[in-house]
Amino acid sequence: MRATVVVRPKPGILDPQGEAVERSLRQLGFPVGEARVGRVVDVEVAARDQAQARAQVEAMCERLLANPLIESYEIELETDAA
Amino acid sequence: MTEARPRIGIVVFPGSNDDRDAAWALSALGAEPLDVWHAEAELPRVEGVVLPGGFSYGDYLRCGALARFSPAMEAVAAFAAAGGPVLGICNGFQILCEAGLLPGVLRPNASLSFVCRDVVVRVERADTPFTTRCEPAQTLVIPVKHGEGCYHPPPDLAEERIVLRYAADENPNGSFGDVAGIVNEEGNVMGLMPHPEHAVDPLLGSGDGALVLASLVDTARERLYARA
Repeated sequence: MRATVVVRPKPGILDPQGEAVERSLRQLGFPVGEARVGRVVDVEVAARDQAQARAQVEAMCERLLANPLIESYEIELETDAA
Repeated sequence: MTEARPRIGIVVFPGSNDDRDAAWALSALGAEPLDVWHAEAELPRVEGVVLPGGFSYGDYLRCGALARFSPAMEAVAAFAAAGGPVLGICNGFQILCEAGLLPGVLRPNASLSFVCRDVVVRVERADTPFTTRCEPAQTLVIPVKHGEGCYHPPPDLAEERIVLRYAADENPNGSFGDVAGIVNEEGNVMGLMPHPEHAVDPLLGSGDGALVLASLVDTARERLYARA
């Protein structure tokens, strides 16, 4: 089963990358508001069902993929048809 | 009288690059440095530990996030829990934060630029095992060289945790409260972004870093004597 984890800087956390992207977009003429830059991790999980997969990926996020002090995460699960 | 040379372990991760400078400096200051490969699950007999600067595991994911799972880090955590002095420099500071041995986390510099220059830091606490050779409020000139040194504290960071602060207009990275170095609650684990091992000889610009490292060597020597 494939899981997609989106990791974002929490609101209020200084995000210099997002600020640089925001400035560049405005320079290009896009009238954007705030831009924030996070990270996407795709991971293949060996699990019986969605609940087990979710529990595993949550543990991965807490232990490694995100730093809970500064980052939030969202988990999306995709069922493999094959 | 010749003073005993305490043994200080320097944990070498794939991507560490200041381990040799740290070893040279500690040796010049009266310690016997010992390299400890990150895959070692046990530390040799040492009286102190240094986590050197560099780019462990290529800084993948987040700085220090992968090094923290090295077998040697479990040994370092046990050493720290037993009261042993542990000093993390730059990437070593990042690793200590990710490992939970120090509070907070280091984020990309506010400027997004890598900074490499001398900075002036002020000693906020001269009573830690890493600053006994300093005077309170003394200023030190020590170089920084990092891309991710912007310290972000936990919401409850106590003022007493702050050992070094960048002096006025010297903050090179946007660090919260001008924090350059912090210590854990027990006082035996310290991390700092400036590189004391690059400032141990006035001929090369500044000898102020020697005060930090020599304090650690003093502390390690006391542990050696206490053991004897």
